[in-house]
Amino acid sequence: MAAVMPAPAASRLLLSGNEAVARAVWEAGVKVAAAYPGTPSTEMLEEIATYPDLYAEWSVNEKVSLEVAIGAAYAGSRAFCCMKHVGMNVASDALMTLTLTGVSGGLVIAIADDVGLSSSQNEQDSRYWGRFAHVPVFEPADSQEAYAMTLDAFALSEQFQVPVILRMTTRINHVKSLVTVGERVAHTGLGFKKDPSRFVMVPGNAGKRIPLMFQRERDLRVVAESSPLNCIEPGSDRRVGFITSGPAYMHVKESFPDAPVLKLGFSHPLPFAKCRELAALVDQVVIVEEVEPLVETELKAQGLAVIGKEILPLQGELAPNVLKPAIARLLGEALPENAVAGPLTAALPVFPRPPTMCVACPHLGVYYTLSQVRNLNISGDIGCYTLGAGHPWNALDTCVSMGASMGIALGMDKGRGEADKDKRVVAVIGDSTFLHMGMQGLLDMVYNKGNVTVLLLDNRAVGMTGGQDNPGNGRDIHGDEAPRIDFAKLVSALGVKDERIHVVNPYELPVLFKTIREEVKVPDVSVIITDQPCVLIKDYHKLKPFEVIDDKCTGCGNCIDVGCPAIHVTRRGKEVKPSGKEVDLAFVRIETSVCTGCGLCVQPCAPKAIVHHVPTAPLQFIKGGCSA
Amino acid sequence: MSATTNILVVGIGGQGVMTATEILAEAAIALGHDAKKTEVAGMAQRGGVVSSHLRFGEKVLSPQITPGTADVLLGFESAEAMRWQHMLKRGGITLMNTARLVPPVVELGLFDYPDDPLAEIRKSGNKVVAFDATTIAQELGDIRLGNTVMLGAIADHLPFGAETLLACVLQRFARKGEKLVELNRRAFEAGRAAVGAAEAALA
Repeated sequence: MAAVMPAPAASRLLLSGNEAVARAVWEAGVKVAAAYPGTPSTEMLEEIATYPDLYAEWSVNEKVSLEVAIGAAYAGSRAFCCMKHVGMNVASDALMTLTLTGVSGGLVIAIADDVGLSSSQNEQDSRYWGRFAHVPVFEPADSQEAYAMTLDAFALSEQFQVPVILRMTTRINHVKSLVTVGERVAHTGLGFKKDPSRFVMVPGNAGKRIPLMFQRERDLRVVAESSPLNCIEPGSDRRVGFITSGPAYMHVKESFPDAPVLKLGFSHPLPFAKCRELAALVDQVVIVEEVEPLVETELKAQGLAVIGKEILPLQGELAPNVLKPAIARLLGEALPENAVAGPLTAALPVFPRPPTMCVACPHLGVYYTLSQVRNLNISGDIGCYTLGAGHPWNALDTCVSMGASMGIALGMDKGRGEADKDKRVVAVIGDSTFLHMGMQGLLDMVYNKGNVTVLLLDNRAVGMTGGQDNPGNGRDIHGDEAPRIDFAKLVSALGVKDERIHVVNPYELPVLFKTIREEVKVPDVSVIITDQPCVLIKDYHKLKPFEVIDDKCTGCGNCIDVGCPAIHVTRRGKEVKPSGKEVDLAFVRIETSVCTGCGLCVQPCAPKAIVHHVPTAPLQFIKGGCSA
Repeated sequence: MSATTNILVVGIGGQGVMTATEILAEAAIALGHDAKKTEVAGMAQRGGVVSSHLRFGEKVLSPQITPGTADVLLGFESAEAMRWQHMLKRGGITLMNTARLVPPVVELGLFDYPDDPLAEIRKSGNKVVAFDATTIAQELGDIRLGNTVMLGAIADHLPFGAETLLACVLQRFARKGEKLVELNRRAFEAGRAAVGAAEAALA
């Protein structure tokens, strides 16, 4: 895939925070950029990969991506790495020693926090890493700042030979706003300069680097005090002053346009003197930070009387509808008028609409089958298949962290109590998650003689984040051919017995059902690999759609239990069985315009009411020969 | 204080809500406005709820529309239009497609789809105009024209003329041939006309 021509300098573009960072990475002359996909960070690397003059890769996990970036920065080139917040947990082993060695070429690590939990398992605050690893943290408040701060971060990184964290949140990564872009400046690497005292972190060397790290942090605090990224905006209403950062800054300005504000763009090390300067201007200081009380705690330790989480939530976004009432209460005022400006003070009641699996998703067959097998405890993992925990399947019992399905399954097996002695333990994991962090868990399971049936759902994509390529599908980040891992061989090499490895087509329900039923009975580690691609990637081929013969449908509802969103109820009824039991009936139709003919719903249909759709008048409404 | 316009576009994942909002943003920017567009995406692509916020004006700060302050709500689906009514300001308007997209949780009998979302919205006191964008698109020859019909529907409820928005829509199809540009022009005008007719009927 050829790189696209980047927009010329001085262009004013509508960019998401992710796209803005990507542009800056290219302009900064970065040579190596690496990441593992994760919402809301994914588009940064996707976008970077479209630029010329640099190397970009999907790494197998965040730790590897950071290590690749570290290597490039040691080699003297500029390097970039990005991840979602939980990705830094994985990468942190490298970070915590990287901070001792420092870098030669500039290294910027963008971490995307999912404040508000749009697509994550927790809401951790990545600003902690700055404190933990003693590295500087920048916090942009919109796309223009994301762009500019990325460039600033590379400069600071090289000046202090320190990795810089660019802390973003969903409300920066995914918000589109205007950005004026600049010129690319080529960056020439200095080459790797061997220096074991710096790059070989054995105790004797590391011990000497620790004081240097703390000296660097003191020096950086001085820089933060005078950095233009930390600025006081004096306002006319001096009753409350705000110290804030990131998207919360925009919410504060929106809510209290006349209040004095200290905007922290370079938020760690915290510029204490600047904070005192703001405090001197106002009656009270309120810290508005998403989400944990980091600045608040540090300022209170400095003896500053500030207010923070006493009046603001410890969770979620601090949008104007949260801030305005909180400050009104603090000031003893009536709630501001526009907090109740609309005619409706609450949402009208509407059913929930949770995310669903796609029409014909290969996971549907897996979860339909699992929902039909009794006595299972199913440890799950992170990906589209986490949706198996929902209706109608209810066939996933845990979801914690990437790859955790393996270790948790083994722990459930080894730690089973009397109540679970007849339960079978199943682990469900996707191809990319398995390669990310599941392989070690499987190895552990084999080595420690576990009794677990692993379902490895290979759909040849990182599905939930948009179908990115990975070592399991034979394509690199540009869609070009790459070595493709053979999952059966891989799990065999990890020690799973060959007779316990099965590759099955998840659309063939009887085979899948039989294989799962048999393997859960075997007291050993089994791996069942499903091998059909995600319906949203190019490897998937649609088949002829199905339809329901209305006269034949008995309303049994078996097909609905598959969970495919193409199946709709046309009418409901009740039937009294010979036993006297009353059962609900649901007669269905299939939305043929979206059905891709996977045939999953056909299989549980007892009256054989589902048949291939015969179009009666194909394309009849296409007037004027539209071929779009 | 500010003359910021708040447009809320809602629907479900896969309907093109985010693209429609982006085109609206492009139109606002073409006219010299500052603009911010935001939504909660991620898992929404899997048939979940999508609400996309567009704010534009001289200078936009927070990208989010505060409940009770939306000027226009453009609903791609009936129940979704109903879900976000509390976002509208007093005097705001809902322009909604009458399409009903029923999710699996309703098909399973766990929840009910409202019988008449349009009536529920009317009952709430908010102003609403409904039209069948899906059928309009089908009659023009392709269901995929639905998004352009929706953008046509909002064209006369913006603080700027319809022609800028139309130009931004057509720009998206410029490289795909004159035939498609013409079809989209017709879809846009059909959406405009549908809302105009529905409003006339109400008045």
